[in-house]
Amino acid sequence: MSVPQTLLDKLWATHEILRREDGVSLLWVDRHLVHEGSHHAFAKLAARGAKVAVPELTFAVVDHYAPTRNRARIEDPQIARMIKTLRTNARSHDVRLFDLNDPGQGIVHVIGPEQGLTLPGLLINCGDSHTSTHGAFGTLAFGIGATEVAHVLATQTVWQKKPPAMRITVDGSLGPGVSAKDIALNWIAQLGTDGARGHALEYAGSAIRDLTMEGRMTLCNLSIEGGARFGMVAPDATTLAYVEGRPHAPKGADWDKAVAAWSEFVSEQGAEFAKDIHFDAADIAPTVTWGTSPEQALPVDASIPDPARLAGGKSDSARAALDYMGLVAGRPLAGTPVDQVFIGSCTNGRIEDLRAAAAVLSGRRAKVPGLVSPGSAQVKAQAEDEGLDKIFTKAGLDWVASGCSMCVGMNGDLVGEGKRCASSTNRNFRGRQGRGARTHLMSPVMVAAAAVNGAIADVRPLLDGRAV
Amino acid sequence: MSGWTRHEGQAVALPLANIDTDQLIPARFMSVPRSEGYGDYLLHDMRRDDDGALLADFPLNRNNAASVLVTGRNFGSGSSREAAVYALVDAGIRAVIAPSFGDIFSSNAVNNGLLPARVDADEIEKLFALLGNGAAEATVDLKEGAVKLAGTTLYFALDESWRIKLINGWDDIDLTQQHAEAISRFKENRSQTASWAWPAAAD
Repeated sequence: MSVPQTLLDKLWATHEILRREDGVSLLWVDRHLVHEGSHHAFAKLAARGAKVAVPELTFAVVDHYAPTRNRARIEDPQIARMIKTLRTNARSHDVRLFDLNDPGQGIVHVIGPEQGLTLPGLLINCGDSHTSTHGAFGTLAFGIGATEVAHVLATQTVWQKKPPAMRITVDGSLGPGVSAKDIALNWIAQLGTDGARGHALEYAGSAIRDLTMEGRMTLCNLSIEGGARFGMVAPDATTLAYVEGRPHAPKGADWDKAVAAWSEFVSEQGAEFAKDIHFDAADIAPTVTWGTSPEQALPVDASIPDPARLAGGKSDSARAALDYMGLVAGRPLAGTPVDQVFIGSCTNGRIEDLRAAAAVLSGRRAKVPGLVSPGSAQVKAQAEDEGLDKIFTKAGLDWVASGCSMCVGMNGDLVGEGKRCASSTNRNFRGRQGRGARTHLMSPVMVAAAAVNGAIADVRPLLDGRAV
Repeated sequence: MSGWTRHEGQAVALPLANIDTDQLIPARFMSVPRSEGYGDYLLHDMRRDDDGALLADFPLNRNNAASVLVTGRNFGSGSSREAAVYALVDAGIRAVIAPSFGDIFSSNAVNNGLLPARVDADEIEKLFALLGNGAAEATVDLKEGAVKLAGTTLYFALDESWRIKLINGWDDIDLTQQHAEAISRFKENRSQTASWAWPAAAD
C-alpha cells in the first residue's frame, strides 16, 4: 500500500522538474506576479542582458506605490519614478501590466484570484511575503526575494527545499462578529510568529470549509505572520464556484479537465503531518493586537498583559512593545482610544470585508477619521454598485482608490508619529504604517466598531441583527 | 557574488526578538537603486533620531565596525524585501547569529553571501551576557560550521546546500541554465497534460 499523501506532496510532485542530491528541488512556476518593488530583480536581469523567459506567465501590477488619490498627477517624483520603471520593464519584456487606470488594477493578491490567474493546483511566486494568500485555492504560493524574482523571470523556475507539512484544524462554528482574521490572530497568538516557521501549513476542519474564498484568502494571507512558508486550503465546491467564469480561468474542455485534476488536490486520509494542531471555532473571540508583533494579540475583552507575568524571553519584548504602543499593563484593551482607522490591504480589502464593515457602519458616524481603500478597482466598482461607498462617506470616512495604501505607507498614506490606528491590515510592526505609528490589527468589523466608538471596542454589541 | 569560508571581525549583540524586515529597513527607503548603497538605512528608525543622527548608545553605533551580529529569535521575519539583506551587507555585516530566522530572509541572505547562523536560544543568551554592550573579536568558519568568540566555540546549524552556496558564491541562474533541457521538457509535458494551467485569453 502506498503512503497517504498530503496536499503539499501532490502539489510538490506536479511541479518538481528535478531534485538535487542535497534535497533541493527545481520547481516549475505557473504564474509569476511582479510589482513596482520588483525593480531590483529587473535590474539584475538587465545586468545579465537576460529576457523574461515566459512572458505569458508573468503579470505586473501597480500596487505598492499606487496613489489612492489624484492619480492623474502624481506629485512625489520617487513614486512616479517607481511606477514608470515598472511600466518600462513590463513593456520591454512584453509582460501584461495592470496599470494605474486599468479596470483590473489592484493589490497583487486581490487581482490574481479576481482575474482567474490564481487557480488550484498551480505554483505561484511573487516578490511579496503575502503571496501565501493564493494558497486559499489549493495552490503552492510563496513570497520570494529579489534574487529569486530575477531567477524566476530568467528561468520560470525556483529552487526550493520541500518543507515539512503542518495542519491546523478548526472545527465548529464561528460566533457572530468573528471571522477568518480572528482565526489567524488567535492561532498566531497561541503558537507564536514562528509557530509555523519552515512549514507548509494546510488548514482543515468544518470552520475552514464554511469560510468563503475571501475568508480563506485572509487566513492564508496571514499564515506568513505565523512563519509558515505556505498557507493552503484544499479546493472544494466553494473554490470552483469562485473561479468559474473569471477572465483568465480555464474555459470549455479545459475547465472540465481542470476540475477533474483539481479534485485530486486533497490530503488523503491518514496522511502524516509533522505538526497537527486543533482549535475549536467556538473558543475564538474578536481578536486585537496590543503590541508590535502579530503574536501579541488577545481577545477584545482581555486586559493588556503584565510583562512581568509573561514567560521567558517574552517579557522583555512585551515591555518594549507596551512602551512603543503607549499602553499600560493591566488596563482593559477595549476602550483604548484610537486616532484613526484603516480598512483595506491584501488581508482584508475584498468585497466581503467592505460589506461587513459597512454593515456595522450603516446609519452610524465614525468618531475618528479614517481611510477605506478597496483591494482592487473591481472591488471598488462593486462596492459603489452596492452603495457601500456612501455608507463609508456618510460615516465620515474617506473612500479612495485601490492599492497597498496605509498597510505599508509606500504611497504616502501614512499614520503620524505616536498616532494610534485600528487597522484591518497584517503587520503591527514598529514603524510599519509610518515612523512611530501605533497599529492595532483587527478584523474589518472590529475596525468599524473602533471607528464608531473612537476606541477599541467589541463589535458584537453593535451587530444587533445586522448580517456581517 | 563571491564565496567565502572564513571571516574575522567584531561581534556585537542586539538582544531583541522578532526584528522584522520593516525594522531592518523601513519601506520608505526601498525605491533607491542598489548602486547607491543601503548601509545607511540599516535599522534606520532604531538607531537614528528624528533628524537622522545616530543614537550614541545603540549597539551598532557604539561599535560601527561590527560585522557579526548576535540577536534574538525570528530575526528577519515579515516582508520579503531583500533590501533588508542589502542594508546589512552594505553596512558590512557578514554573519547574523540567532536562534531562528524568517524563511524568506534566510534565502535572501544566502543569495547575497550573508550567513544566517542558527544557534540554540540558551547559547545566544550566554553570548548576550558575554558581549554586553561591547564588542568581541569573532571568527566565523563555514567549513567547520563554527563561530569562535570571546574564548568560546559555538557550532551553528545551517542547511548544507546553503553552506556550499555561501562557500562557492554560486549564482543560481547559472546553475539552473545547466538544466535548460529538463526545464523545457517539463514545460512541454505540462502544457500537454495540464493545458488548464496556462492562463486562458481574457474575453
